[in-house]
Amino acid sequence: MAKVIVITSGKGGVGKTTTSAAFSMGLALQGHKTAVIDFDVGLRNLDLVMGCERRVVYDVVNVIHGEANLNQALIRDKRNSNLSILPASQTRDKHALTPEGVEVVLSQLREEFDYIVCDSPAGIEHGALMAMYFADEALVVTNPEVSSVRDSDRILGILASKSRRAEQRLEPIREHLLITRYSPRRAKAGEMLSVEDVQEILSVPLLGVVPESQAVLQASNTGVPVILEEKSDAGQAYADAVSRFLGEELPHRFLEPERRGLLGRIFGG
Amino acid sequence: MGMLDYFMASRKKSASVAKERLQILVAHERSQRGGPSYLPMLQKEILEVIRKYVAIDPEDVSVSVDHEGQCEILALNVVLPDPPDRRQLHGV
Repeated sequence: MAKVIVITSGKGGVGKTTTSAAFSMGLALQGHKTAVIDFDVGLRNLDLVMGCERRVVYDVVNVIHGEANLNQALIRDKRNSNLSILPASQTRDKHALTPEGVEVVLSQLREEFDYIVCDSPAGIEHGALMAMYFADEALVVTNPEVSSVRDSDRILGILASKSRRAEQRLEPIREHLLITRYSPRRAKAGEMLSVEDVQEILSVPLLGVVPESQAVLQASNTGVPVILEEKSDAGQAYADAVSRFLGEELPHRFLEPERRGLLGRIFGG
Repeated sequence: MGMLDYFMASRKKSASVAKERLQILVAHERSQRGGPSYLPMLQKEILEVIRKYVAIDPEDVSVSVDHEGQCEILALNVVLPDPPDRRQLHGV
């Protein structure tokens, strides 16, 4: 049975698209047929982060309107054949995504794929609601910072009340917390909310902690999901999170400040 | 060390301030949501009715909805003023 996973946060700029790209690629790397959908209608960006922006012909709204079929719109990833990308439309009509249309697209995708990852836009407007409505699981991406934590709590409330599972009184959406842009050094110095602080406030099971990393920007510059940067801390953290999601028990890494030598302290940023 | 301790203690770490603020805010926001949309109106009207007989403040009436299994419980809590005697009314 295929699973629909929404990557959500409420607040913008916390790493939803980075996470969608990395997480969907991670599932594909582990052998699962995965589709990732960009729900940010009007502000398409997942294609750029995944490096397939020049291959976009049709988008999700074209499929909903019957102007293209799903296979014409899906972009097969060149690095991993398990992964396909369904880009967002550039239309300015925010209501181009209808619940009925999204449901049809998802049910078609369910036939071919094991996992369908929905990259939610920021906010709690129509697009974000559409991305989460049909979800079976939710990854709540949170930065250790007051506004992000508050917005995540708001999103958790919406997942529990406005989703299909909530409305039809089915088993609730399974929630996972992913803390990104974490700085162990600043948390230890008491300048940043710690992983425990965020977890205590939100009380959602922790899926992973992605450290603040230069690798994230470098990967998006070149259109490579950061999980493919296997030597990078962020790449490894995402790989761990995917494995945990698939049921493996792994200790959390990157929670303690890196020990640096004298030269590292002088020359490191 | 004494001096250092003094300076360390005098400035509260900003992360713990953030945590406290968030805990208060999140608890408040959680208590507000999930309830039916008529709750604020219901609370206002109950307050007006009670005020016909007893002088009470808006914060003396609280209405909440709790869940117990399949049951939804509407709890009404009214704090009556101290003199002549202090009572609490519980209704369903």
